[in-house]
Amino acid sequence: MRPFDYHRAADTDDALTALADRPDAVYLAGGTNLVDHLKLGIVAPDLVVDISRLDLDEVRELDDHGLRIGAMVRNSDLAAHPLVRRHYPMLSRALLSGASGQLRNAATTGGNLLQRTRCLYFQDASTPCNKREPGTGCSALEGFTRNHAILGASPSCVATHPSDMAIAMAALDAEVIVLTRDGERRIPVVDLHRLPGEEPDRDTVLDHGDLIVAVVLPAPGRGRSTYRKIRDRASYAFALVSVAARLDLDESGQIREAAIALGGVAHKPWRATRAEEVLRGAEPKRESFTLAAEAELESAWPLPGNAFKVPMARGAIVSVLTELATEPTEATELSRPGERTATTEGADDDG
Amino acid sequence: MTMADRLQTSAVGTGTVRLDGPDKVRGLAPYAYEHPVDDPVFLSPVQAEIARGRAVDIDTSAAEASAGVVHVLTPTNAPELADTEDGELAILRSNEIGFRGQYLGAVIAETPEQARHAAELITVSYVQDDHDVELREDHPGAREPESGPGEITVGDFGAAFAEAEIRIDARYSTPMEHNNPMEPHTTIARWDGSTLTLWASTQGVHPARSTLAPILGIDPDRIRIISPHVGGGFGSKGVPHADMMLTVLAALALPERAVKHAVTRQQMFSITGYRAPTLQHVRLGARSDGTITALGFDAVAMSSQTKEFPELAIKPARIMYSGDNRRLTQRVVPLDVPVPSWMRAPGETPGMVGLEIAMDELAEATGIDPIELRIRNDTPTDPETGRSFNRRRLADCLRLGAERFEWGERNPEPRSRCRGEWLIGTGVASATYPANRQAGSVARIRFTKDGYEVAIGAADIGTGTWTALTQVAADALEVPGAEVRLRIGDTDLPNATVAGGSTGLASWSAAVLTAAQTFRSLHGHDPEIGAEAEGKAEENPAAETHSLHSFGAHFAEVRVHEATGEIRVNRMLGVFSAGRIVNPRTARSQFVGGMTMGLGMALMEISELDPRFGHVVNHDLAEYHVPTNADVPAIEATWLDEEDPLAGPLGARGIGEIGIVGAAAAIANAAHHATGVRCRDLPLLADAFLPNT
Amino acid sequence: MDYSLHLGVDGTEHTLTVDARTTLLDALRDRLGVMSPKKGCDHGQCGACTVLIDGRRQNSCLALALSHDGAQVTTANGLAEDDELSDLQRSFLDHDAFQCGYCTPGQVCSAAGMLAEADRGAPSAVTEDLAAEDLQRPELSAAEVRERMSGNLCRCGAYVNIVAAIQEAAAHRTADRRPAHDGPAPQPAARATAEEPR
Repeated sequence: MRPFDYHRAADTDDALTALADRPDAVYLAGGTNLVDHLKLGIVAPDLVVDISRLDLDEVRELDDHGLRIGAMVRNSDLAAHPLVRRHYPMLSRALLSGASGQLRNAATTGGNLLQRTRCLYFQDASTPCNKREPGTGCSALEGFTRNHAILGASPSCVATHPSDMAIAMAALDAEVIVLTRDGERRIPVVDLHRLPGEEPDRDTVLDHGDLIVAVVLPAPGRGRSTYRKIRDRASYAFALVSVAARLDLDESGQIREAAIALGGVAHKPWRATRAEEVLRGAEPKRESFTLAAEAELESAWPLPGNAFKVPMARGAIVSVLTELATEPTEATELSRPGERTATTEGADDDG
Repeated sequence: MTMADRLQTSAVGTGTVRLDGPDKVRGLAPYAYEHPVDDPVFLSPVQAEIARGRAVDIDTSAAEASAGVVHVLTPTNAPELADTEDGELAILRSNEIGFRGQYLGAVIAETPEQARHAAELITVSYVQDDHDVELREDHPGAREPESGPGEITVGDFGAAFAEAEIRIDARYSTPMEHNNPMEPHTTIARWDGSTLTLWASTQGVHPARSTLAPILGIDPDRIRIISPHVGGGFGSKGVPHADMMLTVLAALALPERAVKHAVTRQQMFSITGYRAPTLQHVRLGARSDGTITALGFDAVAMSSQTKEFPELAIKPARIMYSGDNRRLTQRVVPLDVPVPSWMRAPGETPGMVGLEIAMDELAEATGIDPIELRIRNDTPTDPETGRSFNRRRLADCLRLGAERFEWGERNPEPRSRCRGEWLIGTGVASATYPANRQAGSVARIRFTKDGYEVAIGAADIGTGTWTALTQVAADALEVPGAEVRLRIGDTDLPNATVAGGSTGLASWSAAVLTAAQTFRSLHGHDPEIGAEAEGKAEENPAAETHSLHSFGAHFAEVRVHEATGEIRVNRMLGVFSAGRIVNPRTARSQFVGGMTMGLGMALMEISELDPRFGHVVNHDLAEYHVPTNADVPAIEATWLDEEDPLAGPLGARGIGEIGIVGAAAAIANAAHHATGVRCRDLPLLADAFLPNT
Repeated sequence: MDYSLHLGVDGTEHTLTVDARTTLLDALRDRLGVMSPKKGCDHGQCGACTVLIDGRRQNSCLALALSHDGAQVTTANGLAEDDELSDLQRSFLDHDAFQCGYCTPGQVCSAAGMLAEADRGAPSAVTEDLAAEDLQRPELSAAEVRERMSGNLCRCGAYVNIVAAIQEAAAHRTADRRPAHDGPAPQPAARATAEEPR
């Protein structure tokens, strides 16, 4: 880890100024991603500007019943916030699916959006990586690709975006409020992150020094929503595939609107617009859900090591939509009587 | 001196709360890094970034000029070694590179940040040779292990298998796995010009010293190793690895400075040992009533060109089941990879994966219940040597477990149970582990004003030695535990054998029991202050006449999500026959802990060795998955109430390893019962249960 | 570059000078000799370094020390008062909720922080009804404890005992805090997996 200077920003102006003429300076918020990367030697700033104490830690209800979330609101506090739990349970559940209790206590809303890929080769400074060192090549393409993209990737980068929170925000049509030296910008979350294309080193559309100050959620959409994360262990693991979905049925029981975003499959939170189109006006039944999932995954471009993600994503989408279309009832076990209660408990683990 | 036939127990058998516990729940028990030392300096290593070739230039100029740097160690200036036979430990001898991650040097600096930064400033130029890190069954480099056995034949396997009514012929694999104890391997080393002192995380201070001394050419009496508390090892701290040697070389170069070196988690994946991957070809020939007539087991394991370590996966097949015609072969393939080492029940753990899944397949093929099939093939004598077992109670374990697990309720048909979208299944597998005892440990008992001081260089790696050995000593001396003050983990104490191979407590207890008997015969029951006696552990004579093993049975229930392939364990039960249980509280923890590691082996653990680069690319705890709390459901362990006179006066066999042996196979068999999908390659990831498109 | 820093650790105030790169964990262990929090992975992937920072559990390995200038840090040692172990620590002993002990201080701090979060009504990923009006002191089922404690790896595999230990401590805490007029204190939750060894 290269030596660096440390500056605690007094306010947002001070923060913007501090980074303005320092191309190798970085912001520090919760630190859970940056400090990791400092130790891995994959980021080497000469100045760290600590924004963790900026007065941006408020969750405020807006006049239109939307929500403005300060960039320094911690993931745990956002997940537990009564308005989020009540009106945006998908977001709450996504946050709670990420990392661990102690990491969520440190991680911030702004930082979570900007966390970088967990691609093993990106994190390993001893291997080539176009995202870390443009032009050196992509080690993942013919390597270990379990965590990698099946949608929207390019030959120069097959990394995935690792956030759970951002997937829910993409499905919620959230916007990011960014302070730049030229003033304030509002960017839809779905447009914040980029596809890798020829410039995989650029994760987002932000420029150096731009500062996320808030995320705005529009008024809660109608219908039921949830977030489901599929991973190789039951907790404390990144998503292989995740699904944020909201399903709204009209009076006749047809689908009025569906909002779906996928995690673990692309370089950005993947808004499943093709699936949404298929679902609009359709019957809320398994066949429609399968058609919708297949429409979305038609363009999938899996690698040898992650082809399983296509059926996994299809299965997850169908399973989540089926759950949302079904009134909650106690799942019953199809088996002979006298089974142990431990079965019930185990099956309940998956909230 | 003869030992009493049986120990009269009072403390032994009770669930004494861990004596080291109050310090551990506060974080005050000192692990290797935590011993206060004056004037510390910090070491950060430089590792090879190619898997085979040569470092033609190691440029240390920037590192040497970097702030706080005290010394830079390279092959050019590394202290001489007296013996360079051990390829793993004879480090920094040349610039030749045998595996990616091999040490090329180290920076020692005043602060850890300075050391780490300076190590990053070292640039190495390489000449790269082609490397080979891929294990294949037909690898031309496959050979018999140097230490044998390469082939074991009884009867005529080929003919018996060809004639068998029912044949199972399948290939299985177990992956590379890393022990990953929570405490990374750590050494503090200080050389004062005549004595080398190490505070180290090791499963045996005396064995570590005996290994290091001849290599360094330093008299063992001038090496002291201190290790009162060890943050887990699971075999990986059983022998010194290169990290300890590197720290020692730095200390030799910097007299009077205490060199602190904690291996990083990432570095552990190339330096501190691992379970070698295995390929297993299992053939079972049987009559339609399930009786095995032919047993074939061909195992191939990865090893290292740097130093051989044979992962003897054929071990359990040698003794598990009857069968008059047997052919077992073991090969190792030395590759350009880091040096494998012990990981919890090496040999048995991977070997029982192939054997016990194959048994499940045989049960399916014959239509015989998998428990009944195992009982039908139980054998009162060792099928290879013909020796008697030490009361083999495999069938008792299976039957008790079946009752407790409500196995009788089971519909044997795969995919016969579900709950919502989850398919549910149950599976069983046998467990075994040899009951070895090592000779050579010495215990010294001294009567002091504070009671009986019992001194032996033993280790507590989480196994409960502090507590259980105190209980043994109390009963041996016929005094309450409060009157015993145990001292362990220091080469200044009498010699002790390693905490490995589930031999620790049995071996050290043999020394303590002998010492107590000698003490009483010399000093009676009212000794003077300062009265002292020693006792030594001898070979177990029964090892010459009997086949000594523990047995057990694992039961698992899993659920598999039909749409997403996710697999989770609902519950597990282990039933063990392990002789006398010294401390039920800590013993249960060891059994359950082994089963938990078996759950990890079954469902998630795999070190992904990238063949292009030659290193494990998921080299951290975010991507090398070990079970989290949420992965581990109700796990129960229980045991048969027994003692084993052939194990010695204590009647106890080791229990550190049997908990993992067979656990993964039980889960794999349960997954088959849940889904109808037969997985023969671990771990059982979601992919296996998803459709292909 | 070096900077001055003030930290309260387990009730003792410290002023120290650190390199900007120094993490809170290294400041505690290498500068102050406070060895209770452990280094298991140094990347926020194991939880052994968990401490309470101003009462909230966090991974001290991913916290730059300077970012926490002025903070009050509590380690597992600080949870014990003088020589008196906390209820949680005693429960860990009783249930044999550890083997090697290396992850234990982090487990204990994490459990203390987790119980405080539950008291504040914080949900978890396995909480069924996130929209419930009042999540104050949700009943901590085994599944809830498992999920909430999943940021602390234990390679010895003491999880079943850790869950039992925490559930018992949680039951005691509920009993302690329940106002007298609320009627009799509830019975401690059943010790699902911690029955006496057989």
